[in-house]
Amino acid sequence: MELAFLFEKLILVTILFVLTLSIAAYSTWAERKVAAWLQDRVGPNRAGIFGLLQPLADGGKMFFKEEIIPSGSNKWLFIAGPSLALLVSFLGSAVIPFGQNIELFGRVVPLQVTDINVGILYIFGVVSLGVYGIMIGGWASNNKYSLMGAIRGASQNISYEIAMGLCIIALLLVTNTLSFKEIAEQQHSWHWNVIYQPLGFLIFIICAFAETNRVPFDLPECETELIGGYNTEYSAFKMGAYMFAEYINMFVSSAVMAVLYFGGYNYPFMDNVNALLGPTWGPLIGVAVMFIKIIAFIFFFMWVRWTIPRFRYDQLMDLGWKILIPLAIANIVITAIVITVVDKL
Amino acid sequence: MESLSGRKKVLEQKPMNFWERIYLPAIFRGMGITFMHMFKKKETIHYPEQEREFSENWRGMHSLKRDEDGRERCTACGLCALSCPAEAITMISAEREKGEEHLYREEKYAAVYEINMLRCIFCGLCEEACPKEAIYLDGPIVPADFLRKDFIYGKDKLVEMPINELEALKGATV
Repeated sequence: MELAFLFEKLILVTILFVLTLSIAAYSTWAERKVAAWLQDRVGPNRAGIFGLLQPLADGGKMFFKEEIIPSGSNKWLFIAGPSLALLVSFLGSAVIPFGQNIELFGRVVPLQVTDINVGILYIFGVVSLGVYGIMIGGWASNNKYSLMGAIRGASQNISYEIAMGLCIIALLLVTNTLSFKEIAEQQHSWHWNVIYQPLGFLIFIICAFAETNRVPFDLPECETELIGGYNTEYSAFKMGAYMFAEYINMFVSSAVMAVLYFGGYNYPFMDNVNALLGPTWGPLIGVAVMFIKIIAFIFFFMWVRWTIPRFRYDQLMDLGWKILIPLAIANIVITAIVITVVDKL
Repeated sequence: MESLSGRKKVLEQKPMNFWERIYLPAIFRGMGITFMHMFKKKETIHYPEQEREFSENWRGMHSLKRDEDGRERCTACGLCALSCPAEAITMISAEREKGEEHLYREEKYAAVYEINMLRCIFCGLCEEACPKEAIYLDGPIVPADFLRKDFIYGKDKLVEMPINELEALKGATV
């Protein structure tokens, strides 16, 4: 029993790891393809069919570039920065449920690496650690542009984490639990949280854009003003690690949004499908639905990137502190009042 | 003052109303526009497989012509080199020997004829200057290369293929 359990988790972790890596790698391909499509171009199509080998070529290039560590930099922290960014971005996917319990070879296997009862807190803890990757990298470069980029990045992440946390509080008032598995189960078939928390979702997705440093909130690494921001001094695979961490963050935050607001692996008429396909294939359909949602969110990230121009720094702070936080607090109050009234009736 | 053209439009800076200030409708409209662009016709020409059509007077790589008997037309007068504003053309002339009448049309011919493709500006003045109709810029795009010396094109690259060789080549492919 114990050995089988360990084995099962090991396989699950490996699958998840490989899946996260490949989704992140193909996000780079998809980003270029989506950018091209939105601009009436074709995009990469030379490496393999539809340019599908492009991520491998890009990754290979990253490995063969010269690795430069500036002489004025703090060598250990300079290496620790991208490593931390990459490590932390991987941690998030551990608590995300990718499907219902599935029956495989006579065993019931949960499609979630671990169902800790403070899953949401865990995610927020891990996400807020991501700031350290940026901060350490920017500071250790011993370069003013890097440091300014890092400071901007850190202040942006911290500002938007508040609004994000506040809309999670409103969500918790609805769900009454911190466990991702239970939140997902509560949204059975079409009872998705986005129906009860539309404003919360809007604030959450805006904050998710800011947390992942995506356009229109890509000030920490804006190429035009800060020459790359915190990763100015980075080259070769350390640069690649930062980029990769961004794409993994995008995947994880898409998964979190899918589970928290868009029902995760739930879809309308899922009971009928499950009854029809049995306890092995039914949940697999759910997993497919989950990944469709995640990919849709990733596409949304890219779509926004090629539509909206970047915020100015003061506009960014205005939006975060003067608009999103009051809105999120109002959202909490309204949610609390509605829940109390509905309970009393 | 009244504008003379009558097309002047005075813009007033009005304060934005509520819907404009929350920006979301504008953002969604913008995203609709970018989304519609996904289904538009792509302007890309897939270059090596597909080539853009050139206009009839397009000037590409030079070719040194032969006459109807397959003899080189160039007589190494040097007018093309003289007319070249980029000074891309050099040549060394030689006198036709006995028994070479089937190779060169005139008594004098270019033993060496070089065009530096990095200097050439493809203005076409050489073909205008040529009294023998020996040089035309009717070739393809000059291909990229790695070394500067490889851009100095000699007679091996410039002179047209003799007609019989061309036909032999066509026969081989057909």
